[in-house]
Amino acid sequence: MSKDKTLGETLQERGISRRSFLKFCATTASMMALPPSMIPVIASTLEKVRRPSVIWLSFQECTGCTESITRSHSATIEDLIFDTISLDYHHTLQAASGAAAEHAREEAMQENHGNYILVVDGSIPGENNGYSTIAGISNKDMLLDTAAGAAAIVAVGSCAAFGGIPKADPNPTGAVSVSDLIKDKPIVNVPGCPPIPAVMTGVLVQFLTFGLPELDHLGRPAAFYGQSIHDRCYRRPFYDKGLFANSFDDEGARKGWCLFKLGCKGPTTYNACAVTKWNDGTSFPIEAGHPCLGCSEPDFWDAGSFYKALSAPTGAIGKTAVYAGTAGVIAGAALGASLRARKQSAVKSHERVTIDDLDQES
Amino acid sequence: MSANGMPVPDFAASAPCAPPTGNLVPLLHEIRHALTCWLEKGQEHVIDLRGIPLAPGEEDSLLEQLGEGEVKARLSLMGPSVIIETRYPGVWLVTHYSEDENITGRFIEVCEVPAILKSQTDDIRTGLERLEDQLSNAEATV
Repeated sequence: MSKDKTLGETLQERGISRRSFLKFCATTASMMALPPSMIPVIASTLEKVRRPSVIWLSFQECTGCTESITRSHSATIEDLIFDTISLDYHHTLQAASGAAAEHAREEAMQENHGNYILVVDGSIPGENNGYSTIAGISNKDMLLDTAAGAAAIVAVGSCAAFGGIPKADPNPTGAVSVSDLIKDKPIVNVPGCPPIPAVMTGVLVQFLTFGLPELDHLGRPAAFYGQSIHDRCYRRPFYDKGLFANSFDDEGARKGWCLFKLGCKGPTTYNACAVTKWNDGTSFPIEAGHPCLGCSEPDFWDAGSFYKALSAPTGAIGKTAVYAGTAGVIAGAALGASLRARKQSAVKSHERVTIDDLDQES
Repeated sequence: MSANGMPVPDFAASAPCAPPTGNLVPLLHEIRHALTCWLEKGQEHVIDLRGIPLAPGEEDSLLEQLGEGEVKARLSLMGPSVIIETRYPGVWLVTHYSEDENITGRFIEVCEVPAILKSQTDDIRTGLERLEDQLSNAEATV
């Protein structure tokens, strides 16, 4: 796509009908949880967009995020939207390597200084720059150098957003996130391991349409990360009725009851999986019978076992409470201490516990 | 159903019956209210069904209650879109599918005709250019 042409002009040139474009805008608005009244606004703004320059840096990562976005479904239009952002540098995807690739990056930086979008996937080794280098340049130096001229930064995947798996205990490389190093640029975190491809496309569309999106306290776009998996889960009514699977092959599991007791992190995980789903909207982990791992939350790898319930009491709280009632104040204090210890332990292992959780009987 | 040609189980069909969310009746009331508004003020209304939590089976139940009316159109828009006027005139069900025929969006529109069904000005302009080219080519060959 020529830099001088708008997206609307490019679509017309490629024989994409206005109806097809409206369809894309309608499904994208739905994905972004925008009211349907915004569909015409998205359409009229997006069609006037001219090609922005994008530099994509990959650091300590597994390439899963790039794999995810390059397999974003509904091929044609989303491909075109993706084409709309000019990938002037993507180390994994581009044919050039070494000095030639670095030259492409430097050229894009000079030509579009102050205007390009920097996309980063992967965390950055903080302790020894030698853990990860590209063309002899340390990840940290490359990030600081490239970020200096960026209009905004999109940290794609949990590694770039929060440090991710490279940062997992004992964090051998001293991995840090993009926001740990860059403090003077707007940063949009798009976490997930990997992020949902349609969410990545949606964030780019939102960026192209409305500019920087509204972010939550962790720098994530509220449109996609504004609600917990639990809030949008189709198994939520079972949770509300206290119907849980206690193992992967019991009656509850077979009947599709709530996976909370099997370690589901849905209540503390904010992402769009329950709505947007995976593999062309086929399903998401909970629909396939597996608890949510909480991969879009910071330090999810170190947040205790994937299969340990968020508020699983260390003892039988219900029974302890009965004993406390009969034994009086001393035992009551013991229960309080037990709960406080449980809470401290949960805080230590990054679990979130509420009073309601602690009140709930096992 | 398939993902990139690989057959996958139909999870929705095998999903157990969940307790109802209770959103079905309020949805029907929203449609009733939208129809009243259209008759009184000509105000169109769109409901995004993906934005409303529904238990497995509840959406089917909603579609069953709305039924099918006189009009059904299938559009080829980089993956099909199916537009059905329900048994209640002015209430349309618009379903968008990906090229793999998976649902990517589903809306209830209360209006005379959904916008996507109408011929679009840009497409009419492009079509006119094509027709003019065709005619001038035909004249050149005569």
